[in-house]
Amino acid sequence: MADVDTDTLQRWLRVFAASVAEHKDELTALDAAIGDADHGANMDRGMQAVVDGLAATPADPAALFKQTGMTLVKSVGGASGPLYGTLFLRMAPATGGAASLDPETFAKALRAGLEGVVARGKAEVGEKTMVDALTPALDALDAALGSGQSLADALRAASAAADEGRDGTTPIVARKGRASYLGERSAGHQDPGATSAALLVAAAATAVAEQGAA
Amino acid sequence: MKKLLNDPANLVAESLRGVERAHPELRVDHENRIVYRADAPVSGKVGLLSGGGSGHEPAHAGFVGPGMLDAVCAGEVFTSPVPDQMTEATKKIDGGAGVLHLVWNYTGDVMNFDMAAELAAAETDTEVQAVVMNDDVAVEDSLFTAGRRGTGAAIAVEKIVGAAAEQGRSLSELADLARRVNDSSRSMGMALTSCTVPAKGSPTFDLPDDEIEIGIGIHGEPGRRRVPLASAHDIAEMLVDPILADRDFTGGEGVFVFVNGMGATPNLELYLMYNEIAALLDKAGIVPVRTLVGPYVTSLDMAGCLVSITRFDDEMLRLWDAPVATSGLRWGM
Repeated sequence: MADVDTDTLQRWLRVFAASVAEHKDELTALDAAIGDADHGANMDRGMQAVVDGLAATPADPAALFKQTGMTLVKSVGGASGPLYGTLFLRMAPATGGAASLDPETFAKALRAGLEGVVARGKAEVGEKTMVDALTPALDALDAALGSGQSLADALRAASAAADEGRDGTTPIVARKGRASYLGERSAGHQDPGATSAALLVAAAATAVAEQGAA
Repeated sequence: MKKLLNDPANLVAESLRGVERAHPELRVDHENRIVYRADAPVSGKVGLLSGGGSGHEPAHAGFVGPGMLDAVCAGEVFTSPVPDQMTEATKKIDGGAGVLHLVWNYTGDVMNFDMAAELAAAETDTEVQAVVMNDDVAVEDSLFTAGRRGTGAAIAVEKIVGAAAEQGRSLSELADLARRVNDSSRSMGMALTSCTVPAKGSPTFDLPDDEIEIGIGIHGEPGRRRVPLASAHDIAEMLVDPILADRDFTGGEGVFVFVNGMGATPNLELYLMYNEIAALLDKAGIVPVRTLVGPYVTSLDMAGCLVSITRFDDEMLRLWDAPVATSGLRWGM
């Protein structure tokens, strides 16, 4: 199957931006319950800035990831800015400067991004954060690619795992971020960061499936 | 939502225009949303930088000026500013003696200031140190939380360290002093109502007329527990008892007591609260030597109050009394 080219990666970012815009109020409502009611607005502002910058994007994936990461760090603020920004910034060197990414390299870059998020946020699985959606998603992606599935199918599996991880944050008592201030009262609410992270994985599945269909 | 607005998206930008017009002694970098002293950088003086989300006015810009901060970065409402702003501000106030970042302990603020310090180290030869302020006893400081929030202690830290910086003290000395004032402070807040973030347009949480939140932060985040509305006398106990249980405030020169309004509570009620708090301190053998009563670290239009107590030693007391000229605090000059 075809490698992931910059057109597909740009489509990933556009689909994610549209998805964040569509779910903006939902993300903000989830954040209002256990945080400070700004996750939807902040992510929407950041992803609009990313999409606005796509016109001027250099051709290779590393440059695209770097530009995306810097834009998110500059424009989102809060904790989501450094976390999503670091995710993309760490993906850049993991591409090895390739003009397009084979499935394994794409998965490796995503893994490097997740490791950056974990290092920046000092969060582990089970603390009610975006890591709870991204970790099972990338585990599922690696497993599916390892068993010979296409990238499109593997990303579908990753997206399903991210959704499951997101749903799994609901009963967890938060240990990171503003939600942790609530202690036991944070249980019973789905984590907004895990929710936007699941949208990011779903957008990758959509963008790659469209490349396959094109 | 009934607010004085043109467009919620322009609230912070337009408010900074107003700060610039109202205070010619300050400079505003609108692109980077930095408010800084007109005389920055002050040669040979350590620059003091703080900042955070908007919605806490007069914090943070209200504490920029001689005797206090050199610059602050303004974020969106309740959202941390970003590393580029902090790096640019650091450059503006570097008078050759280094820059101290005074960071309110919130996950986003800490991460963004961390990234800013990394960028500043890569781009400039300015020496940067950071002190994180975390005084809120409502949050248990453990592996299970993001740590105690920075709330009322920042006023004492920024004022005292600001005065010491004017004396020409070194970056390391000022960082140590900031940690000492922070460690000597404890705070606890409560909300009578939620607050409305203009971009959202409705209250952040629902609080029935007959209930209050104890242990709130300064961002409209709900508190630790919800209890039935009580008398000011009982509420004062709910705030002061956990503060006194967390630290010994006896000895030294006495304490600094800060009764902070959350934005929508009149000073009439805040002074009534101070009366209750002073009686509790008296019973505990704790002597207030300085006080501050009023809205200084607000949470938009939230009603409620936050009590912050700092044990003063003689040096802190002297530095607190030193001249300051900001729009939020002004005496001795």
